[in-house]
Amino acid sequence: MTTSFKDRNLLAVIGDEDSITGLLLAGIGHINEHQKKNFLVVDAKTQVSAIEAAFNEFTQRKDIAILLINQHIAEKIRLTVDKYQQAFPAVLEIPSKDHPYDPSKDSVLKRVQKLFGDA
Amino acid sequence: MSGTGARENVFATRMALTNTKLRLKGAQTGHSLLAKKRDALTTRFRAILKKVDEAKRKMGKVMQLASFSMAEVTYATGDISYLVQEQAKQATFRVKAKQENVSGVVLPAFEVERTAGSDFNLTGLGRGGQQVLRAKEVYAKAIETLVELASLQTAFTILDEVIRATNRRVNAIEHIVIPRLDNTIRYIMSELDEMDREEFFRLKKVQGKKKRDTAARDAEQAEREQAVDEDQLLAALDKGTGDLLSTKDDDVIF
Repeated sequence: MTTSFKDRNLLAVIGDEDSITGLLLAGIGHINEHQKKNFLVVDAKTQVSAIEAAFNEFTQRKDIAILLINQHIAEKIRLTVDKYQQAFPAVLEIPSKDHPYDPSKDSVLKRVQKLFGDA
Repeated sequence: MSGTGARENVFATRMALTNTKLRLKGAQTGHSLLAKKRDALTTRFRAILKKVDEAKRKMGKVMQLASFSMAEVTYATGDISYLVQEQAKQATFRVKAKQENVSGVVLPAFEVERTAGSDFNLTGLGRGGQQVLRAKEVYAKAIETLVELASLQTAFTILDEVIRATNRRVNAIEHIVIPRLDNTIRYIMSELDEMDREEFFRLKKVQGKKKRDTAARDAEQAEREQAVDEDQLLAALDKGTGDLLSTKDDDVIF
Protein backbone atom coordinates (compact mmCIF):
# COMPACT_ATOMS: atom_id res chain seq x y z
CA MET A 1 0.00 0.00 0.00
CA THR A 2 2.72 2.43 0.92
CA THR A 3 4.71 1.56 -2.15
CA SER A 4 2.64 3.49 -4.64
CA PHE A 5 2.35 6.88 -3.01
CA LYS A 6 5.22 8.26 -5.07
CA ASP A 7 2.97 8.43 -8.12
CA ARG A 8 0.18 10.17 -6.35
CA ASN A 9 0.40 13.86 -6.95
CA LEU A 10 -3.08 15.13 -7.67
CA LEU A 11 -5.75 16.54 -5.46
CA ALA A 12 -9.39 15.71 -6.04
CA VAL A 13 -12.44 17.61 -4.85
CA ILE A 14 -16.06 16.84 -4.24
CA GLY A 15 -17.77 20.03 -3.30
CA ASP A 16 -20.26 22.77 -3.99
CA GLU A 17 -19.78 25.21 -6.79
CA ASP A 18 -18.03 27.93 -4.83
CA SER A 19 -15.49 25.63 -3.20
CA ILE A 20 -14.72 23.99 -6.50
CA THR A 21 -14.29 27.30 -8.28
CA GLY A 22 -11.90 28.56 -5.66
CA LEU A 23 -9.84 25.41 -5.61
CA LEU A 24 -9.72 25.23 -9.39
CA LEU A 25 -8.58 28.85 -9.51
CA ALA A 26 -5.64 27.84 -7.38
CA GLY A 27 -4.83 25.30 -10.07
CA ILE A 28 -5.72 21.87 -8.86
CA GLY A 29 -8.05 21.05 -11.75
CA HIS A 30 -6.93 18.18 -13.92
CA ILE A 31 -8.49 16.28 -16.79
CA ASN A 32 -6.65 13.11 -17.68
CA GLU A 33 -6.30 11.30 -20.97
CA HIS A 34 -9.60 9.51 -20.47
CA GLN A 35 -11.36 12.86 -20.09
CA LYS A 36 -11.92 12.12 -16.42
CA LYS A 37 -12.14 15.16 -14.20
CA ASN A 38 -10.70 15.16 -10.73
CA PHE A 39 -13.56 17.22 -9.33
CA LEU A 40 -17.27 16.85 -8.89
CA VAL A 41 -19.63 19.74 -8.49
CA VAL A 42 -22.45 18.88 -6.13
CA ASP A 43 -25.59 20.97 -5.99
CA ALA A 44 -29.01 20.41 -4.48
CA LYS A 45 -30.06 18.21 -7.37
CA THR A 46 -27.11 15.81 -7.30
CA GLN A 47 -28.07 12.28 -6.39
CA VAL A 48 -26.48 10.69 -3.35
CA SER A 49 -25.56 7.68 -5.46
CA ALA A 50 -23.64 9.95 -7.84
CA ILE A 51 -21.67 11.41 -4.93
CA GLU A 52 -20.93 7.95 -3.64
CA ALA A 53 -19.81 6.77 -7.06
CA ALA A 54 -17.48 9.77 -7.38
CA PHE A 55 -16.13 9.17 -3.89
CA ASN A 56 -15.39 5.55 -4.69
CA GLU A 57 -13.86 6.45 -8.03
CA PHE A 58 -11.56 9.06 -6.52
CA THR A 59 -10.48 6.82 -3.69
CA GLN A 60 -9.64 4.05 -6.11
CA ARG A 61 -7.69 6.16 -8.57
CA LYS A 62 -3.95 5.67 -8.33
CA ASP A 63 -2.88 9.23 -9.05
CA ILE A 64 -4.80 11.04 -6.34
CA ALA A 65 -3.02 11.85 -3.12
CA ILE A 66 -5.64 13.88 -1.32
CA LEU A 67 -9.40 13.92 -1.69
CA LEU A 68 -11.12 17.03 -0.45
CA ILE A 69 -14.79 16.80 0.29
CA ASN A 70 -17.15 19.41 1.65
CA GLN A 71 -18.34 18.46 5.06
CA HIS A 72 -22.01 18.85 4.31
CA ILE A 73 -21.55 16.55 1.34
CA ALA A 74 -19.57 14.05 3.37
CA GLU A 75 -22.50 14.12 5.75
CA LYS A 76 -24.70 12.72 2.98
CA ILE A 77 -22.47 9.72 2.46
CA ARG A 78 -21.30 9.53 6.06
CA LEU A 79 -21.36 5.75 6.17
CA THR A 80 -19.06 5.43 3.19
CA VAL A 81 -16.72 8.08 4.52
CA ASP A 82 -16.57 6.51 7.96
CA LYS A 83 -15.90 3.13 6.46
CA TYR A 84 -13.00 4.48 4.46
CA GLN A 85 -9.89 3.79 6.51
CA GLN A 86 -7.08 3.74 3.99
CA ALA A 87 -4.17 6.11 4.22
CA PHE A 88 -4.12 6.83 0.48
CA PRO A 89 -5.68 8.93 -0.74
CA ALA A 90 -6.19 10.95 2.38
CA VAL A 91 -9.80 12.06 2.69
CA LEU A 92 -10.09 15.55 4.08
CA GLU A 93 -13.35 17.11 5.10
CA ILE A 94 -13.36 20.83 4.44
CA PRO A 95 -15.90 23.45 5.37
CA SER A 96 -17.90 25.22 2.70
CA LYS A 97 -19.21 28.72 2.47
CA ASP A 98 -22.67 28.02 3.81
CA HIS A 99 -21.69 25.30 6.24
CA PRO A 100 -19.16 26.19 8.93
CA TYR A 101 -16.78 23.52 10.05
CA ASP A 102 -18.01 21.19 12.76
CA PRO A 103 -15.16 19.16 14.26
CA SER A 104 -17.51 16.76 16.01
CA LYS A 105 -18.74 15.39 12.68
CA ASP A 106 -15.36 14.79 11.09
CA SER A 107 -14.71 11.05 10.76
CA VAL A 108 -11.01 11.44 11.50
CA LEU A 109 -11.59 13.68 14.47
CA LYS A 110 -14.16 11.24 15.73
CA ARG A 111 -11.48 8.61 15.75
CA VAL A 112 -9.12 11.02 17.48
CA GLN A 113 -11.73 11.65 20.11
CA LYS A 114 -12.31 7.95 20.55
CA LEU A 115 -8.61 7.30 20.97
CA PHE A 116 -8.25 10.07 23.50
CA GLY A 117 -11.39 9.02 25.25
CA ASP A 118 -10.24 5.56 26.17
CA ALA A 119 -6.56 6.34 26.42
CA MET B 1 2.07 -29.29 36.56
CA SER B 2 3.84 -29.30 33.26
CA GLY B 3 0.95 -30.86 31.44
CA THR B 4 -1.25 -27.79 31.78
CA GLY B 5 -1.30 -25.14 29.09
CA ALA B 6 -0.24 -25.28 25.49
CA ARG B 7 3.27 -26.31 24.65
CA GLU B 8 5.39 -27.02 21.65
CA ASN B 9 5.43 -30.49 20.25
CA VAL B 10 9.00 -31.52 20.96
CA PHE B 11 10.82 -34.51 22.24
CA ALA B 12 12.12 -34.10 25.73
CA THR B 13 15.84 -34.02 25.08
CA ARG B 14 18.65 -31.85 26.34
CA MET B 15 19.06 -30.35 22.89
CA ALA B 16 15.39 -29.42 22.66
CA LEU B 17 15.71 -27.84 26.10
CA THR B 18 18.66 -25.73 24.99
CA ASN B 19 16.86 -24.71 21.82
CA THR B 20 13.69 -23.80 23.64
CA LYS B 21 15.62 -21.81 26.20
CA LEU B 22 17.29 -19.88 23.40
CA ARG B 23 13.94 -19.25 21.78
CA LEU B 24 12.49 -18.03 25.05
CA LYS B 25 15.35 -15.61 25.39
CA GLY B 26 14.77 -14.44 21.82
CA ALA B 27 11.07 -13.97 22.48
CA GLN B 28 11.80 -11.92 25.58
CA THR B 29 14.25 -9.71 23.69
CA GLY B 30 11.74 -9.30 20.88
CA HIS B 31 9.05 -8.44 23.34
CA SER B 32 11.04 -5.70 24.97
CA LEU B 33 12.09 -4.32 21.59
CA LEU B 34 8.54 -4.27 20.30
CA ALA B 35 7.34 -2.67 23.49
CA LYS B 36 9.94 0.04 23.02
CA LYS B 37 8.86 0.51 19.42
CA ARG B 38 5.26 0.77 20.52
CA ASP B 39 6.13 3.39 23.07
CA ALA B 40 8.09 5.42 20.53
CA LEU B 41 5.24 5.22 18.04
CA THR B 42 2.66 6.14 20.63
CA THR B 43 4.65 9.21 21.62
CA ARG B 44 4.81 10.24 17.99
CA PHE B 45 1.17 9.40 17.53
CA ARG B 46 0.10 11.65 20.37
CA ALA B 47 2.13 14.55 18.99
CA ILE B 48 0.49 14.06 15.62
CA LEU B 49 -2.95 13.82 17.15
CA LYS B 50 -2.47 17.14 18.81
CA LYS B 51 -1.27 18.67 15.55
CA VAL B 52 -4.17 17.19 13.60
CA ASP B 53 -6.60 18.69 16.05
CA GLU B 54 -4.97 22.11 15.78
CA ALA B 55 -4.66 21.99 12.01
CA LYS B 56 -8.32 21.03 11.59
CA ARG B 57 -9.37 24.03 13.59
CA LYS B 58 -6.98 26.29 11.69
CA MET B 59 -8.35 24.95 8.43
CA GLY B 60 -11.81 26.14 9.42
CA LYS B 61 -10.56 29.70 9.66
CA VAL B 62 -8.50 29.54 6.49
CA MET B 63 -11.34 28.18 4.44
CA GLN B 64 -13.63 30.86 5.78
CA LEU B 65 -11.19 33.48 4.58
CA ALA B 66 -10.98 31.78 1.20
CA SER B 67 -14.74 31.67 0.85
CA PHE B 68 -14.85 35.35 1.64
CA SER B 69 -12.39 36.21 -1.10
CA MET B 70 -14.42 34.07 -3.46
CA ALA B 71 -17.46 36.11 -2.56
CA GLU B 72 -15.48 39.24 -3.43
CA VAL B 73 -14.70 37.78 -6.82
CA THR B 74 -18.31 36.92 -7.46
CA TYR B 75 -19.28 40.43 -6.47
CA ALA B 76 -16.72 42.04 -8.74
CA THR B 77 -16.78 39.74 -11.75
CA GLY B 78 -20.00 37.86 -11.61
CA ASP B 79 -20.22 34.11 -11.75
CA ILE B 80 -17.00 32.65 -13.07
CA SER B 81 -17.53 29.10 -11.94
CA TYR B 82 -18.56 27.77 -15.32
CA LEU B 83 -15.63 29.43 -17.03
CA VAL B 84 -13.17 28.11 -14.48
CA GLN B 85 -14.52 24.60 -14.64
CA GLU B 86 -14.30 24.54 -18.39
CA GLN B 87 -10.78 25.89 -18.50
CA ALA B 88 -9.30 23.41 -16.09
CA LYS B 89 -7.08 21.11 -18.11
CA GLN B 90 -3.80 20.33 -16.42
CA ALA B 91 -3.17 20.63 -12.76
CA THR B 92 -0.59 23.28 -11.94
CA PHE B 93 -1.00 22.69 -8.27
CA ARG B 94 0.28 19.26 -7.38
CA VAL B 95 1.69 17.54 -4.37
CA LYS B 96 4.85 15.56 -3.98
CA ALA B 97 5.23 12.78 -1.47
CA LYS B 98 8.27 12.65 0.74
CA GLN B 99 9.18 9.91 3.14
CA GLU B 100 9.88 10.19 6.78
CA ASN B 101 11.03 7.36 8.96
CA VAL B 102 9.77 6.89 12.50
CA SER B 103 11.26 3.76 14.09
CA GLY B 104 10.94 1.67 10.99
CA VAL B 105 7.61 3.07 9.85
CA VAL B 106 7.58 5.01 6.62
CA LEU B 107 5.39 8.04 6.93
CA PRO B 108 4.63 10.04 3.81
CA ALA B 109 4.67 13.79 3.95
CA PHE B 110 3.09 15.74 1.14
CA GLU B 111 4.72 18.79 -0.24
CA VAL B 112 3.15 21.41 -2.40
CA GLU B 113 4.51 21.65 -5.89
CA ARG B 114 3.35 24.53 -8.02
CA THR B 115 4.21 24.98 -11.62
CA ALA B 116 4.08 28.47 -12.98
CA GLY B 117 1.77 29.39 -15.80
CA SER B 118 -1.91 29.57 -15.27
CA ASP B 119 -4.89 28.44 -17.24
CA PHE B 120 -7.00 31.28 -16.07
CA ASN B 121 -5.16 34.23 -17.57
CA LEU B 122 -8.25 35.54 -19.19
CA THR B 123 -10.51 35.19 -16.21
CA GLY B 124 -11.56 38.55 -14.93
CA LEU B 125 -10.01 40.32 -17.86
CA GLY B 126 -13.02 42.58 -18.13
CA ARG B 127 -13.32 43.46 -14.49
CA GLY B 128 -12.34 42.17 -11.11
CA GLY B 129 -8.98 40.85 -12.23
CA GLN B 130 -7.39 41.90 -9.00
CA GLN B 131 -9.97 40.11 -6.93
CA VAL B 132 -9.53 36.98 -9.01
CA LEU B 133 -5.79 37.13 -8.52
CA ARG B 134 -6.18 37.61 -4.83
CA ALA B 135 -8.69 34.80 -4.54
CA LYS B 136 -6.22 32.59 -6.36
CA GLU B 137 -3.51 33.38 -3.86
CA VAL B 138 -5.78 32.96 -0.88
CA TYR B 139 -6.97 29.62 -2.16
CA ALA B 140 -3.43 28.50 -2.86
CA LYS B 141 -2.55 29.34 0.74
CA ALA B 142 -5.62 27.49 1.92
CA ILE B 143 -4.68 24.43 -0.08
CA GLU B 144 -1.20 24.52 1.40
CA THR B 145 -2.79 24.30 4.81
CA LEU B 146 -4.99 21.49 3.57
CA VAL B 147 -2.03 19.59 2.17
CA GLU B 148 -0.23 19.95 5.46
CA LEU B 149 -3.27 18.65 7.23
CA ALA B 150 -3.55 15.79 4.76
CA SER B 151 -0.02 14.62 5.45
CA LEU B 152 -0.72 14.77 9.17
CA GLN B 153 -3.88 12.81 8.66
CA THR B 154 -2.16 10.21 6.51
CA ALA B 155 0.55 9.86 9.12
CA PHE B 156 -2.19 9.49 11.70
CA THR B 157 -3.90 6.72 9.76
CA ILE B 158 -0.70 4.82 9.04
CA LEU B 159 0.59 5.18 12.57
CA ASP B 160 -2.72 4.03 13.93
CA GLU B 161 -2.52 0.91 11.81
CA VAL B 162 1.11 0.21 12.69
CA ILE B 163 0.52 0.76 16.39
CA ARG B 164 -2.35 -1.67 16.28
CA ALA B 165 -0.20 -4.28 14.52
CA THR B 166 2.63 -3.73 16.99
CA ASN B 167 0.26 -4.01 19.92
CA ARG B 168 -1.08 -7.22 18.54
CA ARG B 169 2.43 -8.60 18.23
CA VAL B 170 3.44 -7.49 21.72
CA ASN B 171 0.35 -9.09 23.19
CA ALA B 172 0.80 -12.26 21.18
CA ILE B 173 4.36 -12.66 22.41
CA GLU B 174 3.44 -11.80 25.97
CA HIS B 175 0.37 -13.97 26.29
CA ILE B 176 0.90 -16.81 23.83
CA VAL B 177 4.48 -17.32 22.77
CA ILE B 178 6.27 -16.81 26.08
CA PRO B 179 3.87 -18.93 28.18
CA ARG B 180 4.04 -21.66 25.59
CA LEU B 181 7.83 -21.69 25.61
CA ASP B 182 7.75 -21.62 29.41
CA ASN B 183 5.44 -24.58 29.42
CA THR B 184 7.64 -26.41 26.96
CA ILE B 185 10.70 -25.82 29.10
CA ARG B 186 8.88 -26.98 32.20
CA TYR B 187 7.62 -30.03 30.36
CA ILE B 188 11.08 -30.94 29.09
CA MET B 189 12.59 -30.43 32.53
CA SER B 190 10.02 -32.65 34.19
CA GLU B 191 10.41 -35.29 31.51
CA LEU B 192 14.17 -35.19 31.88
CA ASP B 193 13.87 -35.46 35.66
CA GLU B 194 11.54 -38.35 35.23
CA MET B 195 13.99 -39.98 32.86
CA ASP B 196 16.78 -39.38 35.36
CA ARG B 197 14.80 -41.07 38.06
CA GLU B 198 13.98 -43.96 35.77
CA GLU B 199 17.60 -44.28 34.81
CA PHE B 200 18.64 -44.23 38.43
CA PHE B 201 16.08 -46.88 39.26
CA ARG B 202 17.22 -48.97 36.31
CA LEU B 203 20.83 -48.71 37.37
CA LYS B 204 19.85 -49.75 40.86
CA LYS B 205 18.01 -52.68 39.43
CA VAL B 206 20.95 -53.64 37.25
CA GLN B 207 23.28 -53.31 40.16
CA GLY B 208 21.02 -55.43 42.30
CA LYS B 209 20.82 -58.06 39.60
CA LYS B 210 24.56 -58.04 39.15
CA LYS B 211 25.03 -58.40 42.85
CA ARG B 212 22.59 -61.26 42.96
CA ASP B 213 24.26 -62.88 39.97
CA THR B 214 27.68 -62.57 41.52
CA ALA B 215 26.43 -63.92 44.76
CA ALA B 216 24.83 -66.84 42.98
CA ARG B 217 27.94 -67.47 40.97
CA ASP B 218 30.09 -67.30 44.05
CA ALA B 219 27.83 -69.69 45.84
CA GLU B 220 27.86 -72.05 42.91
CA GLN B 221 31.59 -71.88 42.62
CA ALA B 222 31.99 -72.49 46.27
CA GLU B 223 29.67 -75.42 45.99
CA ARG B 224 31.51 -76.73 42.99
CA GLU B 225 34.83 -76.37 44.72
CA GLN B 226 33.47 -78.17 47.70
CA ALA B 227 32.11 -80.88 45.44
CA VAL B 228 35.46 -81.22 43.74
CA ASP B 229 37.15 -81.51 47.08
CA GLU B 230 34.75 -84.17 48.14
CA ASP B 231 35.19 -85.97 44.86
CA GLN B 232 38.92 -85.94 45.22
CA LEU B 233 38.63 -87.19 48.74
CA LEU B 234 36.25 -89.85 47.69
CA ALA B 235 38.42 -90.79 44.76
CA ALA B 236 41.39 -90.92 47.02
CA LEU B 237 39.49 -93.01 49.47
CA ASP B 238 38.24 -95.24 46.69
CA LYS B 239 41.67 -95.59 45.36
CA GLY B 240 43.00 -96.39 48.81
CA THR B 241 40.52 -99.10 49.50
CA GLY B 242 40.68 -100.55 46.10
CA ASP B 243 44.36 -100.69 46.28
CA LEU B 244 44.15 -102.35 49.51
CA LEU B 245 41.73 -104.96 48.36
CA SER B 246 42.86 -105.70 44.88
CA THR B 247 46.61 -105.55 44.95
CA LYS B 248 48.71 -108.21 46.35
CA ASP B 249 51.46 -107.07 48.52
CA ASP B 250 54.71 -108.84 48.15
CA ASP B 251 55.52 -108.26 51.70
CA VAL B 252 52.52 -110.11 52.98
CA ILE B 253 53.62 -113.42 54.05
CA PHE B 254 50.41 -115.01 54.94
